[in-house]
Amino acid sequence: MDETQSLRTPLMSLADLIAPAASPRETPEAPALVSLRGVDKVFANGVTALAGVELDVREGEFVSLLGPSGCGKSTILRLLSGLTSPTRGAIAWRGRRPELGFVFQEPTLTPWSTVFANVWLPLRLAGVSRAQAAPRVEEALERVGLSGFANAFPRELSGGMKMRVSIARALVTRPAVLLMDEPFAALDEITRTKLNDDLVALKCGLGATVVFVTHSVYESVYLSTRIVVMAARPGRAVAEIAVDAPLPRNEEFRLSAAYAEKCRQTSLALCAAMDLPPPGARARSGEAST
Amino acid sequence: MSRQKLLEFAFPAFALAMALAAWEAAVRWFAIPPFILPAPSLIATTLIKDWGTLSLSLMVTLTITLEALALAVVGGVALAILFAQWRIVERAFFPFAVVMQVTPIVAIAPLLLIYLSPNAAVLVCAFLVAFFPILANTTLGLSSADHNLLDLFELCRATRWQQLLLLRLPSALPYFLGGLRIGGGLALIGAIVAEIAAGSAGQGAGLAYRIVESGFRLNIPRMFAALFLISATGIAIYLALTALSYLLLRHWHDSARGRET
Repeated sequence: MDETQSLRTPLMSLADLIAPAASPRETPEAPALVSLRGVDKVFANGVTALAGVELDVREGEFVSLLGPSGCGKSTILRLLSGLTSPTRGAIAWRGRRPELGFVFQEPTLTPWSTVFANVWLPLRLAGVSRAQAAPRVEEALERVGLSGFANAFPRELSGGMKMRVSIARALVTRPAVLLMDEPFAALDEITRTKLNDDLVALKCGLGATVVFVTHSVYESVYLSTRIVVMAARPGRAVAEIAVDAPLPRNEEFRLSAAYAEKCRQTSLALCAAMDLPPPGARARSGEAST
Repeated sequence: MSRQKLLEFAFPAFALAMALAAWEAAVRWFAIPPFILPAPSLIATTLIKDWGTLSLSLMVTLTITLEALALAVVGGVALAILFAQWRIVERAFFPFAVVMQVTPIVAIAPLLLIYLSPNAAVLVCAFLVAFFPILANTTLGLSSADHNLLDLFELCRATRWQQLLLLRLPSALPYFLGGLRIGGGLALIGAIVAEIAAGSAGQGAGLAYRIVESGFRLNIPRMFAALFLISATGIAIYLALTALSYLLLRHWHDSARGRET
C-alpha cells in the first residue's frame, strides 16, 4: 500500500505547489461533476483492481482513461455507473447522479429484436410506450446515421453499424454523462476512424460529458479534452495530459503537428506507466544492434 | 437452385422407393408367408382395410402424446423460471428432476398402473420422459443471458419481471425449442412404452395396445401397419416442432439462418 501512495502523490503535488491556496481539482468555470477520492477496488478473488484512485470529471469534458490491460479502466466505468461499489474510498456526484448512458465493449444488442426495439429498450424499461418513444428513437438513430435501419435485425448489420445502434441506445435517454468502455476496440481501423469523427461531432452536438476507456493513444488524443494515463497492478492513475485543441476536430487536427506532439507526449507517459523505456530509446538501441 | 432442390428431394425419395421395391420383391421371390414378413403392399392394404380401428388407436395415442407434451412444456418452463428466479429452489429440486430422468420409465410404469387409472398412468409416463429435457434446456437457457445485457438492465433499473420477460425468456428460446424437439419424440416413446406395460389390462386402445393385441392374434400385417403409424406420428411431431422452431428463430438465431456460400 505504501508503494501506491508514493506513486500517486506526484500527480497532485505539482499542482499543490503551484497553487496551494486554490483547490487543484477545480477550475473556476467547470466544477467537478463527479469525484473519486482514494478509491480502492478489490475483487472477490483477492485481485486489487484499483488502488488509491483520485479522479475528477468536470462537466462537458471528454476524459479518456488510457492504459494497458488490467489497469482497472473498465472498473472505473463500472464504479461510476454504480454497477459495482468501491471497497474503500468514495465516489461523490455533484448533486444527484445524472442520467447515464453506457456503451459496452461489444455492441451488446438483443439479437431477437429489431434496431428500433433495441434503441427503445432503456425507455421501455422506464415505462415509455412504443408510440411515445418513437420520435426519440428516431432522433437517436438519426444522430448515429442509421435513420433507415429501424426495422433491420442486428445480424443484418456490420460491426460498425451494430456499434452505432449501441451508441444510439445509450443516447436515447438523453444522458448527461456517457460512459464508453473501449467501444471501438473490435472494429477495423477505417470504421474506427469514421466512428471517432462521428463521436466528436456527436459530443459537440449533445454537450454531454464523456468518460471514454481506450488503449489506443491516437484515439484518446483525437477525442479527448483530457487523458488520464493509468498503470496496472494495482490499477491507478499516474499522469494527466490536457489536450487543449478546440473541440470540433476533424482530419485537419489529425494531420497537424500539435496532434503528433500530443501523441508523442501521451505515448511517453504510457510507456512510463508500463515501465517500458521510451520509444526513442528503443529505436536508438535498435540502431546500435544493426 | 430449384433443380438442386428437386434433386435434394428426388434422391432420398428414390432410395426409399428402391428399398420398398426390394422388400416387396424379396417377399414375393422367396414366398415369405405374411405371418413372418408381410410385403409393403399387404401392409398398405391392411392399413386401408383396418383404418377404422387403427385411426381410433392413432387418435388415442396422439391425444395422450400431445397432452403429455403440453403438460411437460407448462411444467418444465414454469419450474425452469422458478429455478432461474430463486437459485435455492433449483438447489432443492433439481435432484428430484434428475432422479425422475435417470429412472427408466418402464420400471415406473407398473407402479403407476397400480396407483392410477391406465389412461392417467400412460399420460403420467409420457409426461415424465418429456418433462426433463424441456426443464434442463430451459434452465440452461434462462441462465445464459448475455452478462453485458444483464448489466444494461441493471443500469436501467429494470424490475425482475422485466428482466425475465425482455431478456431471460428470449435468450432461453433457442434452448427451449431444442428441448421441445427432444421432448416431443420422447413423449411419444413414453406413451407407447406405458401402453405396452399396461398391456391388455389397459382399457386404452392406443397404437401400442393394437400392436400387442395383433401379436396375440398373429395378425402380423396389422402389427406392421400400427408400427408404421407410430413412426409416421413421430416424424410428424418432429417436423412440426422443427417448423415451429424455424418460424420463431428465423429472424435472429444462427440455427435458422442459411449461410452464404
